[in-house]
Parts: sequence; structure tokens; C-alpha cells
Amino acid sequence: MTPVETRLPNPVRPAFTAGERDDTVIVSIGPSHPCTHGTVQIIAELDGERVLRTDIHCGYLHRGFEKECESHTWHNLIPYVDRLNYVSALINDFTYCDAVETLMGIEITPRCRYLRTLLSEYSRLVDHLTCVAAGLMELGAMTAFLYLVMVRDFMYEHLAALTGARVTYSYGRIGGLARDLPDGWLVRLEEILKQYEEFIGRVHGLVDRNRIFIDRMRDVGTISTKDAISYGYTGVILRATGAARDLRRDTPYLAYAELDFDVPVGIKGDNYDRYFVRMREMDESVYMMRQLMEMLPAGPINVDDRRCVLPEKELVYTEIESLINHFKVIMDGPRPPAGEAYAAHESPNGELGFYVVSDGSGVPWKVHCRAPSYVHMGGAHKMLDGYQLADIVPTFGSINMIGGECDR
Amino acid sequence: MTMQKNAPLATIPIHAAGEKSSAFEYLTTKKDELLGWARKFSIFPYPFVTACCAMEFMAVSSSPYDTDRFGAALPRFSPRQADLLMVVGTISHKQATVLKTVYDQMCEPKWVMAFGACATSGGFYQNYAAVAGVDRIVPVDIYIPGCPPRPEMVIDGIMQLQDLIARSHHPIVNKDF
Amino acid sequence: MTAGTLDRVSEALAPTAISAAIAHGILVLTLAPEAMAPVVGRLQSEFGFDLFLDVTAIDWMPQAPRFEVVWHFYSTEHHVRVRLKARVDESEPVVDSLRPLYGSAGIMERECHEMYGIVFRGNDDLRPMLLYEGFVGHPLRKDYPKDREQPLVPYIK
Repeated sequence: MTPVETRLPNPVRPAFTAGERDDTVIVSIGPSHPCTHGTVQIIAELDGERVLRTDIHCGYLHRGFEKECESHTWHNLIPYVDRLNYVSALINDFTYCDAVETLMGIEITPRCRYLRTLLSEYSRLVDHLTCVAAGLMELGAMTAFLYLVMVRDFMYEHLAALTGARVTYSYGRIGGLARDLPDGWLVRLEEILKQYEEFIGRVHGLVDRNRIFIDRMRDVGTISTKDAISYGYTGVILRATGAARDLRRDTPYLAYAELDFDVPVGIKGDNYDRYFVRMREMDESVYMMRQLMEMLPAGPINVDDRRCVLPEKELVYTEIESLINHFKVIMDGPRPPAGEAYAAHESPNGELGFYVVSDGSGVPWKVHCRAPSYVHMGGAHKMLDGYQLADIVPTFGSINMIGGECDR
Repeated sequence: MTMQKNAPLATIPIHAAGEKSSAFEYLTTKKDELLGWARKFSIFPYPFVTACCAMEFMAVSSSPYDTDRFGAALPRFSPRQADLLMVVGTISHKQATVLKTVYDQMCEPKWVMAFGACATSGGFYQNYAAVAGVDRIVPVDIYIPGCPPRPEMVIDGIMQLQDLIARSHHPIVNKDF
Repeated sequence: MTAGTLDRVSEALAPTAISAAIAHGILVLTLAPEAMAPVVGRLQSEFGFDLFLDVTAIDWMPQAPRFEVVWHFYSTEHHVRVRLKARVDESEPVVDSLRPLYGSAGIMERECHEMYGIVFRGNDDLRPMLLYEGFVGHPLRKDYPKDREQPLVPYIK
């Protein structure tokens, strides 16, 4: 038995340590728990199996992203930004680059715009696949998990052919992208989309009208539209309550204004609706990607702006101006004018925003990530209180809290 | 590639104080080989999952990479039932107390795998929040670098851990046998 | 439509603000800290800014007043954003909490408090969320060194 003096300190201060009544139990679910995605601690007061109230503690993955941002150049931050929402890493890259490009007054090339849109939808597919797969696995549907993770693996290998990495890509650049598509990439993309459709069809067949699934997910974890907006919910959770709010439709950015797509909404705001909205959004993403593959224009990937885009290697090796330019951009970093900008994209979790403040030098003064997962934790008690202990598992899975983004 | 650290069990001397007959040593060696073989093919991992490496952990557990071929598929989310603590992802100082508690609750024999650059050395998070390498808190047996590591690298790490388990000493009765 | 809404809001609120400008498509209002709560109330009730996006702070050390608290709001009806800024001094970094108006303010103000030390008057739950009990200091302030670690578990090597 470990003596009291050598026990490790408790890193959190719970909101309540004793129940309001004598016959309730306080349990701590997490932070190392199979069913809390990532690492979150839920301190719950239970009356038998019913959850009376919860106190959520995140921050177990706080890695000091914003502090790191103040000591690296604008370019060197792109790998850090990737690791925020690590399931859809490309969207973070592009949102951050969009914020800095807004500050610098850069308009990206048409090819880059369409490619960023295509890859954002690809990342959305990967994120929703992971969320649905993990959620289904926790309910016991292991087969559906294996199907979806297999499709996701094809996508990872495909993105590795483009960017060099499977999970966190560092592919966006301020002013454009790291490199253009390799030959045959779009052909393989179409093959993957066909395989995706086949596997999704199987998952629909296994799960949609499954009595057990419906019993566990219908009317569980419900939130109303009014509560959702008050607690800052955006993205799938807000759409599942019935409000058709989508930044791609409301404030179009990149190439979304030219695409034809629907915004799926739910009816009750419960777990089943969130699952179904994700499934429908994946289908819409595939439809958008097919349109984008047709529309992709030829042309350069990067803007011809020497403040942030590196010159061609032949020029760097032959001209002194290009050499100095390359050196300055790498060592000092691109220098946006002093000021601030906020850019927000529709990530799979909701509104992902980057607020960047520059003092005119190559190192940011401040970069703040408006993380949807963090804000969603503030209102999660609305979806957890009053339900059963076992309902915490699918509800928390359907919120899709990604630790890197929540804790930054 | 992957790197390994000497297992703590390797410091048990082969010749205990006093004389042992060569038959006894033969028995000990064979017993170690048998237990090493059995333990290496039935690893019960405790996936202490925190960050982005979780994506590769999910990928390596499913097809086509599949840790089940190595006997290391069934995760045991109770430290009492697990023998491999896979530290997957960055450990912050807030998480460190939890990690140490879980490690202390595991029973011998136990091994620790530092999965990913953040668990190995802190990765590129060298600041107030992240622990610069999990081996500052718990002894690590195998380090798998990568950010995140490819599934093949994880499998290589598991195989090297299996070699390490196969050739270590497995005392079951007392420190000599 | 977008520009029209922002112009309307700017005209109505500029008298109460120190400055009002539209930058990169967002209306930016700089206010005195005391004027913040009534302006937010008007934004929510009169102009339909129902989604409270974010609150954070900027540390302008060594300038004084040192901190600038920044709020972002979004209107789901008009699809526009507003940014509010207020400078507070290091000696009294206090602003009003938005918890009575928006549910999401609770969790976001906790983060701003633990990172910068901004006190939100009216929010009684300012426990650390991303940091841990026993952490001394406010890490995102410019005078907190990046690699000052405060370990909870003793190191074995």
C-alpha cells in the first residue's frame, strides 16, 4: 500500500467531490480510458446507472502550441498546426495559411484554390470515417470499424503518395502548396472513391436499421438548437439539431461557391442524427470531390510572391538575388505587415478559426486557434447529464472531441 | 530504425551465490526459453493513447497491418491485466501522474514501449507543457521514432521487443529460477 | 448584404467605441473595458450575433496597458463576424464575464484566465482547464520562459 506522502498529486480540482445526496457515487471516467477518444476526464455523479451531473476536464494533451508559435517563423509552424486536429490535418494547414495570406494580402492561384478545396473534402472524409468507425467500435460493431479503417488506410497511402506522410502532412504553404499532384493521382482517387462507396454501403446495411443501434443512439445525447448555439456548437452537432449552418454555404471560401452540394441536417439533435449527418456529409464530400476533379484548372500552384514563396531551385543556385531571397525567407521567415487577421474554415468538427497577430517580423506575435472541440466541451454536460452511464460512450464519441485541437 | 534498451531483468546473475549444478542451469535456461517464447507471443498491450499516434495505432491494429499476427492484438484496458504499456503520443505534465500511476499498477513482468517521437523525446514540443520523453518518468524498453511512425515501423518495434522478451530471464519461483 | 449589416452595426455602435473599422471583412470595435458588456448585450439582442466564437488576449509587453482582450462573435443569420477589443492594464486585468449571455463563455474564459491571468468578473469558475493544479504562473505571458517546466512526477533520469 503506497504511503500517503508518496502518492502523486491530483492534477485537477473537481467541481464537486461529494454528491448532493447520500446514495450517489462519484466516479472518474478517464483520462486513460478506452472509450474517451483521446484523453479526457469526466467526473460523474451517478445514481445507480443514471448520470446526475458531470464535470469535464480536458487539458491532458496540452502541448503549448500557442507558446511554440511565438518562437518559430510563420513557415515553421505548419507542422505544429497539422497536429491540432490530427485526423483532418490538411484542413488545419489550409486554414492557417489562409489566415496568414489574408494578413499578407495574397490571393492564391486558381489551381491552388481548387486543389485546397479537393484536399479539404478528402480530409473531411478521413475525419468522418475515423469518427464513425471509432463510435461504432465502441458500441461493439467491430466489423464496421474494420471496414471503415481499411478504406481510411487506402486514403492514407494515397495522401502519402502526394505529401510524403500518412497522418500529418505539412503540405500547405503560405501562398500555395508544397508540390503539385503526381501523375496518376487522380486516377487512383477515383478508384478509392469507388471502394469507399462499396464499404459505406456495407456499413449502412449493417447499422442503419439495426434495432440495437437505434435503441442505443436514438434519443440519447439530445441537444436543442437554442442550447447548441448558446454553447457555441458549430458543425455536425449544430446541423444535427436541424439548423442548416455551414460555413461552406454561408460564407463561401476557397472554391465552394462554385460547387453544387447539399447541407444535411438532422431532426432531433441526438446521437443517431449526428451519425447520419456524418454519413450523408461523407457522400456529399465525395460528390464535391468528383466535381472538383472535373473542374481542376492547369497552372502554377504557388503565387509568384517573393515575400513568402521560395524561388525555384535553378534560380537559387544561379542568381544571387534568389539565393538571398531563399535565405531570408527560411531564416527570418515571411514578414506579414503588422496587424491581425481571423480566418475560419468549416472543419469536420465545426468552425476552425485562426487568429494571427503580427508585429511585422518573421515570427508571429500571437497565433490563437479557435478550436471547435474545446468549445464543445463546455456544453457537453447538456448531452451527458440525465442519461445512463453507458450512454456516455456513444455520446462522447459522436461529439468527436479531438485531443490535439481541444487542448492545443 | 528502432532502438532498444537493456531489459531490467538482464541484471540477474546466471550463477547465484553458491554452486549450482549444470543440470539446474540447463533447466533454468530451458525454462527461460519456454517462458520467453510463451510471453512474447501473447503480449497484452495497454494502449495509453493520447495524441496523433493514435491514428497509426488504430491502423496497425487493423488490416492490412494487423498486430494480431504477433499475438499482440487484444488490448487490456486494466493495468492489472496488461503487460505492455504502449505510451502512444505526447505526455504532458498533467498526464504524467496518470501515466506513472498506471505503470505502478501493472504487475511484473511488464514492458514499456515509447511509441512516437513525443513519447521518445518530447518530439518538437520542447516547452513548459510536455514531458521531454517518457523515459524521464517510467523505464522504457523499446523506442519507436516517427511522427507518427509508419505501421511497418511499429511492427518492427514489436518484433524487436519480442526478441528482447525471448532472451531475457523470467524468474518465476525466486530470483534464481 | 454582408457589408450592409456590418455598416449598420458599425454606425450604431461606433459612438460607444474608441474606434470602429472593417478589416479583412470583419468589423473591429475597440472599446473601453467598462463599455464591453452593454455592447455585447446589444450585439446579441439587436443585431443577432448569437454565436460567441472566442475570447483570447494579447500580451503587448512592454507597452502599457499591457493586455488586450479580444472577443469574436458570429451571426448565424447574417453570416458576418465582429471582433471586440479592450485594453486592460497589468495591475488590474479585469473585464466582465459573458457567462450570463452565452453558455460557451464559461469554458473559454477559463482558458484565457489560466494562460494570461485575465480575471472575468462574474465568472466564479475560473479553475485551470488546460493546465494543472499546482502550476504557478501564466504561461502565455511574454515574461514566462517557454521551457520552464513544473513537473508533477519526479524524474528518474
